[in-house]
Amino acid sequence: MKDRLQAFLPVIGVVGLFAIWSLVAWRAWVDPVLLPSPAKAFDAFWKGMKDGALGFDFVKTVYRTLASTAIAAVIAIPLGIVLGASERAYRSLEFVIDFFRSTPASAMFPLFLVLFGVGDETKISVAAFGAALVILFNVAYGVMNARKTRLLAARVMGASRVRVLFDVMLLESLPQTFVGLRNGVSLALVIIVVAEMFIGSQDGIGHSVFEAQQMFEMPRMYAAIFAAGALGYGLNLVFLLIERRFVHWSGK
Amino acid sequence: MNARPAIIPGPGAIAAARRTHPHVTIRGLSKRFGKAVIYDKFDLDIPRGELISVFGPNGCGKSTLINIVAGLIPPDAGQILFDGMLLHEIKFGYVFQNYREALFPWLRAFDNVAYPLKMMKVPPAERKARTERLVARLGIKLDLNLYPYQMSGGQQQLVSIMRALIVEPEILFLDEPFSALDYEMTLFMREQLQKLFMETGTTTVLVSHDLEEAVYLADRVLLLSRHPALVADFPKVTSARPRTDATLSEPDFVRMKAHCLDVFKREVRRA
Repeated sequence: MKDRLQAFLPVIGVVGLFAIWSLVAWRAWVDPVLLPSPAKAFDAFWKGMKDGALGFDFVKTVYRTLASTAIAAVIAIPLGIVLGASERAYRSLEFVIDFFRSTPASAMFPLFLVLFGVGDETKISVAAFGAALVILFNVAYGVMNARKTRLLAARVMGASRVRVLFDVMLLESLPQTFVGLRNGVSLALVIIVVAEMFIGSQDGIGHSVFEAQQMFEMPRMYAAIFAAGALGYGLNLVFLLIERRFVHWSGK
Repeated sequence: MNARPAIIPGPGAIAAARRTHPHVTIRGLSKRFGKAVIYDKFDLDIPRGELISVFGPNGCGKSTLINIVAGLIPPDAGQILFDGMLLHEIKFGYVFQNYREALFPWLRAFDNVAYPLKMMKVPPAERKARTERLVARLGIKLDLNLYPYQMSGGQQQLVSIMRALIVEPEILFLDEPFSALDYEMTLFMREQLQKLFMETGTTTVLVSHDLEEAVYLADRVLLLSRHPALVADFPKVTSARPRTDATLSEPDFVRMKAHCLDVFKREVRRA
């Protein structure tokens, strides 16, 4: 009984939110033009996703976010392992990494616009740049923080340096690598959505939100915001499930 | 016409010499950490086929000794030979205190045990056969399909010990192997270790921080002084094996324990 109650706990917040939203919309405490009822917003969401522009925009944003995360991972994971395996190499690049990690990626838009023009390349590359630094940082720390005892154990059993790297360090860094991937994909999504709003975009969730707001189609705007939220949550969940499947020892 | 047998020793004589000669010879071992001199021209012979407990005041370099001998820490000076050979020429096993960090959590217990064989490039089928043979010989009831984090502490340390034994080591090192276990498990593991030792007769060096455990398990107790460490005493424990709870109250055992405690206290006071 208690366990069943536990499972329902997360639902309470969702129900509460919709109850308050419905109440506010019903009593018209906020201008109905600015805050339509949940039903209207969901109607817009459903129609938009089913056969409207929102579904197309959603797919575009998913594609861009995944593409940028994939590019970031392909570059950052091997580099992170190399840097993490040699603490000296990491220390000599630490400041540069930390500096650009702290630089808002949105500040890089103009530069990347000059480099890549106004197409998809710019959005994807800025997002990949931001995500790569996050992933790189986490992978390098994952490798550096590999348990010393485990490395010693492998060496005592006659593992070569290369074997230690692949058999121990790489696996030791996996939990931290997934932290990096989750943060990286979230950041990539933020950057992609912002880029879709402003850089002469024709599609994407960001474009959808912005366009709906410009045309004062509020239900459609809420629908697009909700799509962005669902996408962010979904991506995080997917990475979490992959991690549970492949990094079964994480946190144990 | 009588051949003099002593000039060229026959195989029997060589075997006898191998049985009686020290297994490990440590000569002129020196090691310092910063300003602290842990070992200064330290000499020791470790007899063959005996279980040696290393005991001494805190920070005297008990673990440092086996870590140097097992090649985990490089010595500043000195030579360590195993039957005249260097460490990389022999097979040895090492059991860490922290089993949680010494096992590989991404491998099942079975693959953890077989990992050293993989490093020796033993083909998978033979790895499996040898691991199964070891399990059968030790008579250990463990589900080796589990991951280490699914096992209790004692079971994990048992897996660590099996991983050290799989290569059929000539010498086995254990660094406070039971100190992370609860008391009940410690008692059980002592019996397991004694059984293993009686079964294999492998030269074993055990670092312990528990005097009763050190004496109970040992053929000889290596009592170290404060650093720079010297051999304060190296008495032989004569109690017969298998030792049991009854051994703990036998006069010989009690006398030996008291003697070791005396030496220990003397060394602690000397600081």
